[in-house]
Amino acid sequence: MRRFVLAGLAVTLLAGPIALDAARAAPAPVELLNVSYDPTRELYRDINTSFAQSWKAKTGQDVTIRQSHGGSGAQARSVIEGSPADVVTLALAYDIDSIADKAKLLPANWQTRLPHGSTPYYSTIVFLVRKGNPKGIHDWGDLIRPGVQVITPNPKTSGGARWNYLAAWGYAQKTYGAAGARGYMIKLLKNVPVLDSGARGSTTTFVQRGQGDVLLAWENEAFLAVNELGKGQFDIVVPSVSIRAEPPVSLVDANVDRKGTRAVATAYLNYLYTRPAQQIIAKDYYRPVDPVVAKQYADKFPRLKLFTIQNFGGWTKAQAAHFADGGSFDQIFAAAKQ
Amino acid sequence: MARRRMKAAVTESRAVRCALILIALAWLALVILLPLLAVFSQALARGSRAFWAAIVEPDALAAIRLTLVTAIIVVPLNGVFGMCAAWAIAKHDFRGRDLLTTLIDLPFSVSPVVAGLMFVLLFGANGWFGPWLIAHGIRIMFAVPAIVIATAFVTFPYVARELIPLMSAQGKAEEEAALTLGAGFFQTFWHVTLPNIRWGLLYGILLTNARAMGEFGAVSVVSGHIRGLTDTMPLHVEVLYNEYNFVGAFAVASLLAALALVTLAAKALLEWRHRDSIAATGH
Repeated sequence: MRRFVLAGLAVTLLAGPIALDAARAAPAPVELLNVSYDPTRELYRDINTSFAQSWKAKTGQDVTIRQSHGGSGAQARSVIEGSPADVVTLALAYDIDSIADKAKLLPANWQTRLPHGSTPYYSTIVFLVRKGNPKGIHDWGDLIRPGVQVITPNPKTSGGARWNYLAAWGYAQKTYGAAGARGYMIKLLKNVPVLDSGARGSTTTFVQRGQGDVLLAWENEAFLAVNELGKGQFDIVVPSVSIRAEPPVSLVDANVDRKGTRAVATAYLNYLYTRPAQQIIAKDYYRPVDPVVAKQYADKFPRLKLFTIQNFGGWTKAQAAHFADGGSFDQIFAAAKQ
Repeated sequence: MARRRMKAAVTESRAVRCALILIALAWLALVILLPLLAVFSQALARGSRAFWAAIVEPDALAAIRLTLVTAIIVVPLNGVFGMCAAWAIAKHDFRGRDLLTTLIDLPFSVSPVVAGLMFVLLFGANGWFGPWLIAHGIRIMFAVPAIVIATAFVTFPYVARELIPLMSAQGKAEEEAALTLGAGFFQTFWHVTLPNIRWGLLYGILLTNARAMGEFGAVSVVSGHIRGLTDTMPLHVEVLYNEYNFVGAFAVASLLAALALVTLAAKALLEWRHRDSIAATGH
């Protein structure tokens, strides 16, 4: 008898949520998978709700967007290995290039298919410091002072970290010339006590575990920390110059064609450029590309000089020169450890 | 004689005994109780309503369901295979027996991350079977089958490892007696072998279950981390933690811990109720 009660309990536990799922998605629903990088969780939670409403109003169809988040490089890897992503929204173009390159799931010219080089929003790299800025950190030059602990993730695995690294490199090149940049980077890496594997890990290290004096962070991540995680515990420091960090988006053609989701996936990516989506983007601390929305939120985002990835000859060259095995990061990291 | 020696063994001074007990208790509290307490207190930091909201949230429910489904598939499979393997190894002599024993231990010695990557190499889009699977529309990687396979790999040794020493120690005499008395194979197994090993089997199954529910590394590699679809409870805990949703993360974590505690409690209860027969089978 008792055995039957237990079995019944197990069946109820398992079947309950299944029945709920069936009720929730009654008329010919469709499901998309958005494989994204680490800090976009809040952004896409808001965008997905808004898009689902708009799509339902337009077509009567229910759309559920599944999210997967992780380090940008690792996420690209999982798409290459067969994760059924309809769209990828990653931290940098190189990661989507490598999907095109290694798995041929999308065409090599993917970046020309949507406006602004397929980047519906951008951001930059700023500093997050402890309240009152006790170490007096104001620009990149202050990061290499002895006794300043800098938190940044590992550029081998994290897209954000690669932007951090190139932002620092760009400043150093401008200030110390091409020859001096390497010396600056060695000093900078000597001040880094831990290299987390992703941007979120680094934020947690800095915010929750109280490690380090300054966090090199995506601007959106820094705003999130200041406004929502630890109100009154942190300040944002805007350096004199930084990099325009462009996280692009793309359809994964082979997957949408196999699943028959091309129309809705295309609409989803186009939706990112619409007014309502650009509003959400700005509210979630990403810089919008729509000039009207950008103007509306101009006060929210500090103005600073931004150089682009083109300073490094584009992502393919930057990746080969700095982050490939034996590239500048490997050399500098080895030198910094001595 | 034996009794006297036993007496002598415990005639340490009272102070020494107390000190030893205190040290053991303090260590237990520090290493096991305190962290467990921290998880539960963090989970309830915003009150029981926030705790409950985090549990019944659709993605959390999906993670709980996936974890239970995985355990329900994996535990019986590994129970049966583990029993077969232990029976073959303990009761028979054959060529390659040592090799089989070593192979069974492999999942213990291989890091779970490597275990996950092995399945990527087999079933990934660029793996051995990947292209064929994709051409035939069969999803294994980044879907439930891969999670089940990875969990099955990691938890394979528990039942076999629990049973092999027990079955070896019991020897073949009782089975041989049953067979000479005319019992068939299944009769012998059902009436002789199984009753002798049931407590070891149960223990192995409980360990398998605990590990199947808690496995992180191997599953993390093959899951694809799709919220509401391929996140198990341990993966969902990490997702919530990375979203700064500490109450949610620890609510799900405490539920996971509670499942483990229920498993242990079930074991303790069964042992207590059947203590006589356990003593009789020498376990």
